[in-house]
Amino acid sequence: MSSESPIIELRRVCKSFGRQRVLDEVDLSVERGANTVIVGRSGTGKSVLLKHIVGLLRPDRGEVYFEGQRVDQLSERALVPIRQQISFVFQLNALFDSMTVGENVAFPMVENSGRRLKRERIRQMASKCIDIVGLSGFEQKRPAELSGGEKKRVALARAIAMEPPPKVILYDEPTAGLDPQRADVINKLIRHLQRTVHVTGIVVTHDMKSAAEVGDRLLLLHHGRFMADGTPAEVLQSTDPQVHRFVEGIADPADLKAVGVG
Amino acid sequence: MSHADPVTHSINHLGESTIRGLAGFGKFWLFSAHTMTRVPGELITPSGWRRLLPQCYFIGARSVPVLMLTGMFIGMVLIVQGYEQFDSAGLRDQLGGVVNISLVTELGPVLAGVMLAGRVGGALTAELGTMNVTEQLLALRSMGADPVRYLATPRFLACLLLTPVLTCYADLVGALGGWLIYTGYYGAESQPFWEYTRQMVEMWSLGTGLVKALFFGGAIALVSCYKGFHCRPGAEGVGRACTDGFVISFILILILDFFLNVLMNGLYNAWFGFRSLI
Repeated sequence: MSSESPIIELRRVCKSFGRQRVLDEVDLSVERGANTVIVGRSGTGKSVLLKHIVGLLRPDRGEVYFEGQRVDQLSERALVPIRQQISFVFQLNALFDSMTVGENVAFPMVENSGRRLKRERIRQMASKCIDIVGLSGFEQKRPAELSGGEKKRVALARAIAMEPPPKVILYDEPTAGLDPQRADVINKLIRHLQRTVHVTGIVVTHDMKSAAEVGDRLLLLHHGRFMADGTPAEVLQSTDPQVHRFVEGIADPADLKAVGVG
Repeated sequence: MSHADPVTHSINHLGESTIRGLAGFGKFWLFSAHTMTRVPGELITPSGWRRLLPQCYFIGARSVPVLMLTGMFIGMVLIVQGYEQFDSAGLRDQLGGVVNISLVTELGPVLAGVMLAGRVGGALTAELGTMNVTEQLLALRSMGADPVRYLATPRFLACLLLTPVLTCYADLVGALGGWLIYTGYYGAESQPFWEYTRQMVEMWSLGTGLVKALFFGGAIALVSCYKGFHCRPGAEGVGRACTDGFVISFILILILDFFLNVLMNGLYNAWFGFRSLI
């Protein structure tokens, strides 16, 4: 496969929950080595889209490809080799409460390396990943003892703790719930990981500052379809009223009317 | 017919509920089969044992005090309930045997099961439900791990293996509690209590109780884990799953108890013939 071919591709993907259509014939090609940011209002299906890539959700119609291989029809067992190449940073971090930080970060390597990696080697690699996110010495702490920003950084450390390193990291709202300074740390970390680990990133967020900082490409998801696609600068300067309202954080007149203040 | 037609609405509602119920039932059995097929794999790997042993500690060792307390009071209450009646009929000596056989075959396993459904089942559903709503189950899947093998199978195994053991504790302490009231409170002789117990409580009675406990333990674990894995989002979803898990486990214990009694009585009569205790 040439390095120019998309690493991830979605073709006419549709997904509904009950009567609500969340994704409506979505097409997406993700460039290898770049950070693709998907923005959109809450509840527009951004997280749903991410979950399709790693097979956590299956499309009602359409196709999902990873490195040219169709993945949306694979069984859970057949998806394991795909999932070993893709990391997912969940919105709620999804750290395992019963494990220490060190065990959480080592988990993907313990689970997926079989007997290929010795326990001591896994421990060293987990410590290195924890160092990268600036949490040296936190190995023995439990997730309940960490702040929101620290949890997020542990989740990032766990995402890169793979041998070989992941080809893609999916970030679901990586800065949600963080103060601006901590959010900035996470943004810089995402950029740092892209440059040092050479990993492809797909970032889902509704934080425009974060989107502009970490993204090489920016897409706006609206009513189940992409309505803007370009570099962050291009999308931020868009003259489309819907896009402009979103990037500037201006309420939709219909929403204002609905709450009786329009 | 219009949508407002109450008859059509009721039929629609009934149809939807039936389909939902059947689908849930099917999903439960698929989940149960998935959990049970992972048992051999867990038992032959060191990592499987590393997951099993903490569950054995939580489900088994931590439940001993409450199970012993339950057993003791059941034994004591049964003696208090029966003593005067048996005494007035001149059957005081047989009371120990009657109490202990009902303890070993029926009340011990059922009440131990109910107690475990509350203590262990509730905790399992709450733990797994919280992991579900905080996306930890999704995280396991996204890392190529099987959440059922990782979380449900060790809990199922621990419940399956340890419920009979805990029931033994409840039976033993129940018998001792009954004996304590029989001799200490009513001042009856100790020897007939144990002699009639020895005569009436056969290995079959003990086995019947333990087979029941095995099924109760398995049912509690499967229902609790299933409810945790499939709970609705939010604190309300987890709370609802815990309540549903306990209620379903409790009902299942009673249903299983009935059918296992019928089965075990039938087997006993077929192999050994009818035996009168009176």
